[in-house]
Amino acid sequence: MKLIGNALSCERNGRVVFSGLSFAVGAGEYAELRGPNGSGKSSLLRLLAGLVPAMAGTVSAEPAGDLTLPQLSHYIGHHDALKNVMTVRENIRFWAQMLGGGEPAEALHPFKMERLADDPVQLLSAGQRRRLSLSRLLAAGRPVWLLDEPMTALDVESQATLSGIVDKHLAGGGIVLAAIHGEGLRRPDHIITLKGAA
Amino acid sequence: MSGFGSLLWRDLVLMFRQGGSLGAAVSFMLAFVVMIPLAIGPDQATLSRLAPGLMWLALLLAVLLTTERMFQQDHEDGSLDLLATGRLPLELVCLAKAAAHWLSVSLPLSVVAAPVGILLNLDTPRILPVMLAMVTGSLALSLLASVAGAVTAGLRRGGLVVPLLVLPLYVPVLIFGIAASTGDMNPSGATPALLVLMAIALVSLVIQPWAAAAALRAYFR
Amino acid sequence: MQTFEILANPNFFMRVARAILPWGWAATVITLGAGLYLALFTSPADYQQGETVRIMYVHVPAAWMALFIYVLMAVSSAVALIFRHPLADAAAKAAAPFGAAFCFLSLATGSIWGKPMWGTWWVWDARLTSMFVLMLLYLGYMAVWRAFDDPHRAAGLARVVALVGVINIPIVKFSVDWWNTLHQPASVVKMSGPAIDPAMLWPLLLMALGYTLLFICLHLMAIGNEITARKIRAARLRAVGAH
Repeated sequence: MKLIGNALSCERNGRVVFSGLSFAVGAGEYAELRGPNGSGKSSLLRLLAGLVPAMAGTVSAEPAGDLTLPQLSHYIGHHDALKNVMTVRENIRFWAQMLGGGEPAEALHPFKMERLADDPVQLLSAGQRRRLSLSRLLAAGRPVWLLDEPMTALDVESQATLSGIVDKHLAGGGIVLAAIHGEGLRRPDHIITLKGAA
Repeated sequence: MSGFGSLLWRDLVLMFRQGGSLGAAVSFMLAFVVMIPLAIGPDQATLSRLAPGLMWLALLLAVLLTTERMFQQDHEDGSLDLLATGRLPLELVCLAKAAAHWLSVSLPLSVVAAPVGILLNLDTPRILPVMLAMVTGSLALSLLASVAGAVTAGLRRGGLVVPLLVLPLYVPVLIFGIAASTGDMNPSGATPALLVLMAIALVSLVIQPWAAAAALRAYFR
Repeated sequence: MQTFEILANPNFFMRVARAILPWGWAATVITLGAGLYLALFTSPADYQQGETVRIMYVHVPAAWMALFIYVLMAVSSAVALIFRHPLADAAAKAAAPFGAAFCFLSLATGSIWGKPMWGTWWVWDARLTSMFVLMLLYLGYMAVWRAFDDPHRAAGLARVVALVGVINIPIVKFSVDWWNTLHQPASVVKMSGPAIDPAMLWPLLLMALGYTLLFICLHLMAIGNEITARKIRAARLRAVGAH
């Protein structure tokens, strides 16, 4: 599978955040989005997930299948889409059903969330919520991961775990795009540079 | 379980565990009922005559009270983003949420409203027809409310706009709801009104998924 | 399709509007002037209603306009939804306040007519009630435009509100008519019978034409304002982005 962006432009609130952006990320490849605040890293990820329209240009997944790119993608943004009054397991199971795919029980393992499986999410710390949110990647089992600054609120150990599951996902033919500020998840195959407002 | 069922179940679980909505709506209904004799006097005959209409108003306003939060939480915590990329079409997402709202708010409220009407001296033989009409109408109430809920999903002060959007849609439900509740006002009896009420619910069922999904899509641009 | 594209170009629209407007205003003044003269001076008084009937010439076309403008708004919204052209959103948005104003005019004149006719300022008859609901639909539509800062988002939501509203109008009309026959036997004086004297029909049609012309002029100007407002907004955003 290949993810192709062709001459993409994006406008937010009447401002062109980027334009003429082209890239291609193949199966098993990891691409890093780099650029200053407001350069459109989040907008690009949301655009790929179909949550923001492209002003010009196209995105496509090749070869074209039954599922659209948004249906192949798993977007993890700043909001964690977790419900406080539901337990860790219930949250994960719900999203596994809505997004379709993986095995919810095993998804809790890498980030050591099993111990918390029956606790309501409102008891979790910011870091634990983040880990749960990332565990969802495994529960949903979608091929394209769109991660918006995934390292925030993670301790060193969890950062290593995240790098580990990304490596495994890529080895299985997945695609990962991540907006990164500091240190990356691994050595990037592509760097998509967003210059910011001209 | 299908995506539709999962979402419906999740919303019911949330409603049940968070409490709030139904409890607040029933409390509102009781507070409304207390205010009525204070406003129009305690005369039993007058209250009895007005009781079906007043209880319908109480029902509409109580449902209105719960409309604002229908999509707001999912919008705030990012759930809507993920649901939009989910397997379930956004139209069915909206339908599932309306169904959950009906089961957890409108339906219980419409069952409770007629017995509460006893406080307004609602004639005992009238209780059942009023309840039947309200249960039938409540489906349309939830469906129409969910359209307004979707429009105001990302609005902080949505509560100010919601009544203006919902109440004009509630006019036909109210008219035929009252007619079905008080069949003796109409020479042909209550049944035609009840059928029209069902027709309104079916029309709402057709329009709601399209309209609510179109409203949510406006948030993805 | 080609003509549609050209007509939908904002700059082209502004040029056409500027060319049309002087003629439009002249036609409006002449038609409304003639209509009002015929309505207020030359048309006969009604044998039943007396001079009060003259309110009808202001009232009835205003009610027509209120309905017509809502339908226009809904059609523009549908065009915006299907063809995704922002000018259609601007047309719908610009029409709403005028529709609401005509709606208010018809309600107010209906009320003034009702005082001598029915002996009360307000009667919940079918027409007044449905016009009242129409007024609420206008207010709701305008409230949605005001409630959102982001114009794209507001436009997308306003489309839904306008289209749901236009489906609602006939249902409300039907419900209210039915409700009215239930509560009031048809003893109320009908404002316009089917058989209307030509001496009354002409001023009525002239007034309707005058209102339509007035609306077209105001609407063209309001769409122009909307386009200008968007250009200002875009320029400001560019200025902010440049630093």
